[in-house]
Amino acid sequence: MFHVKHFDVVVIGGGHAGAEAAAASARIGARTALISMRKDRIGVMSCNPAIGGLGKGHLVREIDALDGIMGLAADSAGIQFRLLNRRKGPAVQGPRTQADRKLYRDAIQDLLGTQSGLDVIEGEVVDLVQDKAGRVTGVELLDGSVLDATAVVLTAGTFLNGVIHIGDQRRSGGREGDVASIRLGQRLSGFGLKRGRLKTGTPPRLDGRTIEWRGLDEQPGDENPVMLSFLNKAPAVRQVACGITHTNERTHDIVRANLGRSAMYGGHIEGVGPRYCPSIEDKVVRFADKSGHQIFLEPEGLDDHTIYPNGISTSLPAEVQNEYVRSIRGLENVVILQPGYAIEYDYFDPSELHSDLQSQIPGLYFAGQINGTTGYEEAAAQGLVAGANAAAAALGRDPILFSRADSYIGVMLDDLRSRGVTEPYRMFTSRAEFRLHLRADNADQRLTPLGLTAGLVGRARAAHFQEKMSRLADANDILSARSCTPLELQSVGLAVSQNGARRSVLEVIASYDIDWSHVLHLVPDAVMIDTETKEQVWRDALYAQYLDRQRADAEALQRNELVKIPANLNFAELPGLSNELAAKLTRHRPENLAEAERIEGMTPAALLLILAHCRKAEPARAVAR
Amino acid sequence: MSDTIFALASARGKAGVAVFRISGPQAHEALARFCHVPPARRAALRRLVWQGETLDEALVLVFEAGASFTGEASVELQVHGSLAVTRAVSLALSQFPGLRPAEAGEFTRRALENGRLNLAQVEGLADLIESETEAQRRQAMRVLSGAIGERAEAWRRDLIRAGALVEATIDFADEDVPVDVTPEVLALIDGLLADLKREISGTRAAERVRDGFEVAILGAPNAGKSTLLNALAGRDAAITSEIAGTTRDVIEVRLDLDGLAVTLLDTAGLRETDDRVERIGVARAVQRAQSADLRVFLLDHAAETLLIAPQEDDIVVQGKADQRHHVPDAVSGLTGQGVDRLIGRISAALAKKAASAGVMTRERHRLAMIRSVEALESARSRIETAGSRVELVAADLRRAVRALDVLVGRIDVENLLDEIFSSFCIGK
Repeated sequence: MFHVKHFDVVVIGGGHAGAEAAAASARIGARTALISMRKDRIGVMSCNPAIGGLGKGHLVREIDALDGIMGLAADSAGIQFRLLNRRKGPAVQGPRTQADRKLYRDAIQDLLGTQSGLDVIEGEVVDLVQDKAGRVTGVELLDGSVLDATAVVLTAGTFLNGVIHIGDQRRSGGREGDVASIRLGQRLSGFGLKRGRLKTGTPPRLDGRTIEWRGLDEQPGDENPVMLSFLNKAPAVRQVACGITHTNERTHDIVRANLGRSAMYGGHIEGVGPRYCPSIEDKVVRFADKSGHQIFLEPEGLDDHTIYPNGISTSLPAEVQNEYVRSIRGLENVVILQPGYAIEYDYFDPSELHSDLQSQIPGLYFAGQINGTTGYEEAAAQGLVAGANAAAAALGRDPILFSRADSYIGVMLDDLRSRGVTEPYRMFTSRAEFRLHLRADNADQRLTPLGLTAGLVGRARAAHFQEKMSRLADANDILSARSCTPLELQSVGLAVSQNGARRSVLEVIASYDIDWSHVLHLVPDAVMIDTETKEQVWRDALYAQYLDRQRADAEALQRNELVKIPANLNFAELPGLSNELAAKLTRHRPENLAEAERIEGMTPAALLLILAHCRKAEPARAVAR
Repeated sequence: MSDTIFALASARGKAGVAVFRISGPQAHEALARFCHVPPARRAALRRLVWQGETLDEALVLVFEAGASFTGEASVELQVHGSLAVTRAVSLALSQFPGLRPAEAGEFTRRALENGRLNLAQVEGLADLIESETEAQRRQAMRVLSGAIGERAEAWRRDLIRAGALVEATIDFADEDVPVDVTPEVLALIDGLLADLKREISGTRAAERVRDGFEVAILGAPNAGKSTLLNALAGRDAAITSEIAGTTRDVIEVRLDLDGLAVTLLDTAGLRETDDRVERIGVARAVQRAQSADLRVFLLDHAAETLLIAPQEDDIVVQGKADQRHHVPDAVSGLTGQGVDRLIGRISAALAKKAASAGVMTRERHRLAMIRSVEALESARSRIETAGSRVELVAADLRRAVRALDVLVGRIDVENLLDEIFSSFCIGK
């Protein structure tokens, strides 16, 4: 061992989780090191060249609200912005953009490079250093050097026992072009954490110059693009369109005839793949009656000819890929730049994690695919949570926690902890029971205050946020100060009953589809409200009645979240608790009553006993009967 | 702010006194709708009147916030312990806006949260709650294993399907999912609404609360039904005579059988007849007998068959015991022979029925269905209104699903995703 350096937080891995973790840790003020095997590959998008979407766009906005880097990088690399579900309500709209791979990677590397308090180190971590109590106190690199750290964040992605399959060929590797971290993997095996195996697939990459684009449908970006970050207003670079084509019966015949040669169907893969991202093999087998499947031809960059055909991921042999791809319209003469492959990897059972993403090993935090999730956005959001909490712990501050009632981040953390995973976990808006409140457009209103308290939000972001909030407050003041009689409301064409009560214009906006020109008629002062603020007032008001109905549920949840279960509470010793429940509680280690409540088989009596033990210290005030 | 909850605090079934407990901010306000609110901590006898009808006379106790078992404003009603009364009171309470039946352990939890209980006391109460939960679970299971169970299973399938269709158009907007799921969703909602409404009107809870159980006495003409009715009622409620077919219409007598409110029905003797008026009487007898909770078949001889057959749990006895000997269990309205034993058998059979449909459970189910219907109707009208928002339809459907939790089991987002992924090829 030589030249020991000390850091508060060391982040292992430079993918989306690692980048966000390192940035968050440094923002909080912890002395942070990011270690990546290759500096130039930090921020690489290894799968599809897009950021955001439904549920995912919500996560990016939440990261952005906490002053994270993903939204900023996506905006500077965005080449085709689309607000998904634009014609549905704001609660289910998700911003998304195709991203130029190179620009995205450069943006992430720039943002990390300019972040003060952050060192980016190239090297391979081969071991974790632990003290006598088992606490992780640093990492050892391949060259023998040791980095001391108060907390370590591991974002190993698919590198743990990663195996790549192309047909019947297999080799170890993290993602195409990288080596798998075998030594570190072996080291982690020694901890006795519960593991599982998952798989994911990629499509072949195509040379766009060999695609016959004429005659294919085109999907352009939105006319009025919506950015991923609250700080940006417009795209930074030239915008392009995606192409659309379809598989056909011939494609399916080719796939069917070669199923036995697919790594997945040939029995080479044991990991479980995601149902929402099936390979072309899966599609052909499971939906045999469908005569065609849609394929989006997504450009990987402005000065890159590579095309990512979204919808035909595969683990068939290269020559079969060539055959079936060329059966598709527009791709008759296409050249495959890199064949598709499936990758299997290990994950650690996320139900063993703490709510700050600390693992069972004190001082060691996990984020990203290693926790059984999939997707850049899911990884980045966990990275932010793990990085911020590792930093908070290192600096002796309170943990930064999220709730199902305040964010998609909270939904994800809770899902992972309370259910574990059976397939790679991806965010959907339907996972959020408070979906009408957890919108992409109000992520800053929901989370930036939390970020400010935690020290995650920088000065520029804080100023921007406060300015927006004061504009919103002014608008709300103007609209609630003016109250209207039923007669006045009728005069602008609203169907209100004659003998109803007076209502403020804000209430009217919440209950009726009222035209802004009519609002102006009722409140001439509203002319001072700018378009952006006006739209946000409208979005906030739109669901007001539903939110009232959900408030009791949200409050009950948050009340239970506030009842912290002491870490040393021995469930096995609680009288009246069944052995089965005690075992489940011991395994899941719920940190608060809300988590305990969601454990399968939990009973009201058991919950009451736990609550009583949490309250043990408090003396009973008085006892009536 | 927390809800106001109520529950029958004493054991279910017939007892001298039944105690209702109401706790929460609206407890006193709710009581005021039933009677004049007595001063706190002063027992007062009050007539409980709900919507113009007297439910019972009750001993009423009012506790102020900070000085009650739960620490919240609360009320205790000590009413007569008959099933009819406890049903009537719980039904009335559930109709008060803002009041809902308490979950298992909820009173104790509130007491604990308000610092009114210590650990030892909670541990003592936990056993009680456990058994309460277990009883609720068993009752729910019983509902689910019967005929209603099959329907509940179908509801669950339809709710998952409808939810999945709507969620698919939200979460997979960019994928190959059908754009217009409206016709199928509407069909599912309509089916659910029709079923639920039928079930709600079919639950005779409300009727029973008013009328108690119906027990029909059936038999051939001149079997001695009216004489038996009079003997059971202890008065001459029905005209009796030697002439077969004396009773033509259905005669109702309300009485208290061993603490159970019962309406006895004396019916026209069952026979084929050419007399038009009597024929109407017989048809009416058959109809009322079939809808009654229990039938007592009064036979002339053991092998006699009537126009309708006894159902499980029905009572079959031979009548006119005074005229025949050595027939065990025979009854005679005239001499009173065997009447006490018959009363015992009737009340045992009714008590069994009462127990299998616990008051609160039944009522809870009915309320759940009503809430679900409201949510489904809201979803329906949204779907039919052009330009309305699918996320609100989804929110309504979720509300409908949550309301029916007690009947169909919890439906989780994973159930919806399972349905989506098995129906549609998701994954562009």
